[in-house]
Amino acid sequence: MALTGIASKSDHDAFVDRLQHIVGVENCLSDPAELFVYGTDALTLDPGSPAVVVLPGSTEEVSAVIKACRAANRKFVPRGAGTGLSGGAQPSDGAVIISCMRMNSILNVDGYNRQAVIQPGVVNADLSTEVEHLGLFYAPDPSSQQACTVGGNVAENSGGPHTLKYGTTTNHILALEMVLPDGAITRLGSASGFSPGYDLVGAVVGSEGTLGVVTEMTVRLTEIPEATETALVIFDDVPSACRLVGRVIRSGMVPAALEVVDQRTVVAVEASVYAAGLPVDAGAVLIVELDGAECELPGQLLRIRKMADQEGAREVSVARSPEERTHFWRARKGAFGAMGRLAPDLYVHDAVVPRARLPEVLEGICEIGDRYSLTLSNIFHAGDGNLHPNISYDRRDEEELKRVLAAGKEMLELCVKVGGVLTGEHGVGIEKRDYMGLLFDDADLAAMMRLRNAFNPDGFCNPGKLIPTPRACTEANPKARGYDTVPIR
Amino acid sequence: MSSAECPEPIQILDVDSEIYSGTLDCVHCGLCLTSCPTYRVTGRETSSPRGRVHLMRGVAEGEIELSQTVADELHLCLGCRACETKCPSGVRYGALLEQGRAIVAQSGLRKGLGFRVEGFALRHVLAHKGRLKWLVSLLGWVQRLRLDRLAAPFLPGGLSRAQRLLPAIPPSAERERLPAFTPAKSPRRGRVAFLEGCVMPELFGRINRASVRVLAANGFDVWVPGDQVCCGALHAHSGDLASARDLARQNKQAFGGEDTEGFDALITNSAGCGAALREVDHWLPEGSGSLEGKARDVAEFLDEVGFREPLRSLPARVCYDDPCHLVHAQGVASAPRRLLDLIPDLELVPHANADRCCGAAGTYNLLQAQMADAVLEQKLDDLEAAAPEWILTGNPGCLMQLQSGVASRGWEAEVAHPIELLDQALGPDESPVA
Repeated sequence: MALTGIASKSDHDAFVDRLQHIVGVENCLSDPAELFVYGTDALTLDPGSPAVVVLPGSTEEVSAVIKACRAANRKFVPRGAGTGLSGGAQPSDGAVIISCMRMNSILNVDGYNRQAVIQPGVVNADLSTEVEHLGLFYAPDPSSQQACTVGGNVAENSGGPHTLKYGTTTNHILALEMVLPDGAITRLGSASGFSPGYDLVGAVVGSEGTLGVVTEMTVRLTEIPEATETALVIFDDVPSACRLVGRVIRSGMVPAALEVVDQRTVVAVEASVYAAGLPVDAGAVLIVELDGAECELPGQLLRIRKMADQEGAREVSVARSPEERTHFWRARKGAFGAMGRLAPDLYVHDAVVPRARLPEVLEGICEIGDRYSLTLSNIFHAGDGNLHPNISYDRRDEEELKRVLAAGKEMLELCVKVGGVLTGEHGVGIEKRDYMGLLFDDADLAAMMRLRNAFNPDGFCNPGKLIPTPRACTEANPKARGYDTVPIR
Repeated sequence: MSSAECPEPIQILDVDSEIYSGTLDCVHCGLCLTSCPTYRVTGRETSSPRGRVHLMRGVAEGEIELSQTVADELHLCLGCRACETKCPSGVRYGALLEQGRAIVAQSGLRKGLGFRVEGFALRHVLAHKGRLKWLVSLLGWVQRLRLDRLAAPFLPGGLSRAQRLLPAIPPSAERERLPAFTPAKSPRRGRVAFLEGCVMPELFGRINRASVRVLAANGFDVWVPGDQVCCGALHAHSGDLASARDLARQNKQAFGGEDTEGFDALITNSAGCGAALREVDHWLPEGSGSLEGKARDVAEFLDEVGFREPLRSLPARVCYDDPCHLVHAQGVASAPRRLLDLIPDLELVPHANADRCCGAAGTYNLLQAQMADAVLEQKLDDLEAAAPEWILTGNPGCLMQLQSGVASRGWEAEVAHPIELLDQALGPDESPVA
């Protein structure tokens, strides 16, 4: 027993030596305290214990690290800034974390063709800042954009408030370079945006790091619109705000964003450094952003005002300056973090429902929150029907944690029942893995597994994410069988 | 009251500690990450605000030990508090860091000659005006005899950096303390107390005198009590909360004890001191009386009361670089810029990341040389793009750090405190700007 312990210790030391040799001593972390902080991303439910964290500086180093992992029979987990909310970057115990944070260069900006070649560790907001002087921006804008990386966005197919008009990450990725789980380096897609054959870029974007480690992206840049108007529509309750959203969409207008923030969220944000003067006595605030040609906006704004009146809005106030608009958005995007004022932990749910069902689903969600005696707040991309019920809790309270998980599951079941899906932009990760059976049957899951196996046949890359183990799947969906062996229909 | 009469209780980082409840404010969202200079340089979660809060929580919950790695990470932090300006959850990071470092100091995990020298200098020199004056005079002679340059090749790392960072010591006539009372020079609007600081009178007496002149010209009597001492900020940042408390109590007495009715504001021109004064209540269990509420940065105060014009023209291209402890710890960003905008023909050029740390961070640039240099280089890159003739900032450490950066790049630019330009613009002197 003692002998094997010593042997495995020295194996581990030799492995760490090998990694240090590849990435440099200072970029290879193996001290218990260093490993501890890499135990989770922004989902803090159930921390894992990585064995080593490496921060490679190039594609070649990523490839060498992966080959070393395979030689030492170690699983590995790619990680960006660790702002993900579904545990996509959470390490399985004993895994090697491959952090892309040192690969953070913008390699080339092609203003003429409106695209850029970047490394995965480039921070989302930094990319937009860098290309602003060309009149361009990078459209997907998750709330964590000031910290999250574009590499992480590619893994999760991240969205954001402006997804309504501009689409999610997958609409903005033209080509990728990635290291496959066997260490081979490959390129997918093309800078032209057209690529004959299977859309493998489409398969990789949103694959949550289960198909390999993306090491370079060619991204589409978008022209900054000529004009932008941002209005706050103040309501006494959330369902009225949702009804206005339905009306606006039905009218054929395509606003840049339609975001609902409930009262509890407004109160928390207004107490924070992101305070923007939102009314703390309102039941709901709907942020409407319109952009496009300057001549179009006054007419659209007028229509919004009329519809708001018809839905009983208390007030419509339009941002008077770009600074005020920026403040509104900072408040909106700081909202999740501001929930830390209510409790030490936050469980941010993410589900999408048909827009027409928003009012009733929200009612149902609030009823579930009340029934489980939880502190629930709602802030969501209403235009997309993308809900974010937020449950504030304290993970040290095991009884409360049980209620949080049970309520979360009921909320997801409700969303799926009305024709919705499990996630809009945060990914499945470990958080929703075991609920995949709510939405997919065993044949669907088997098909997904086959796709994963084509890239990552023995599951070394980001194990335990996205696709449920057969047992968990059976629990969520009694009809499911072990799908690993089920042939595709 | 001396620290001997009020012994510092041994603090333990456990789930009953104040520090632990502070760490629970962090909801792990990560919005702080990119504001952190050490995270920007290393890319390591461990060297980020979220990581450091998590380390403290982990130690308190017994998940990890209070190890050398934890101690080193707490000391690799610049303490710039840029993360607080980004934290939607309101984590009081600066206070957590001070307390965390105090626990590290008690645990004996702060090792190395540099730390010992720092501790000695803070406790036995900086806190005593006479000893500091004596030491600075000695350094002045060393500079005049050029002994520093002779010795430079033989100095160990920290001292050799100190030698490069130290500005030319002003002649002793310029290192006089301020007069105890300076009357208002124009219709009287009120009375302010002024904190001289420890390093300021010795190295930047010109800035103190400019501050008093500008305050007097704006109609304020300036009272400078002689028994005031160092604010204790550097002590607190190094983990020596006992000395910081001791100094804070002395200053509380010097500035009128519980009775601060006699003055409108307690003015400082050093961002670090201002932040410390504003948070004295965190240090003193008995509270600071009304001292904390009276503390104002000189630019903030002048902006608040309305600067008396007219000002004469100073045609120059300037960049204002925010001292971290002014913008992040005190939330003062626009006041200095608004004042500078009052000066005719002064062109205030914005530069990228003006609110990011320059790497000075008190004694940090002596003790964490490699990181301080990396952070300074990023700052210089941002300034270079704006090509200023003057670089303005309101804190002695930042002034020295930027001055050494400007010298290392061989730029012509002058480094100064904003109050110096306001003083020039008020003066009758018609000589052109440098």
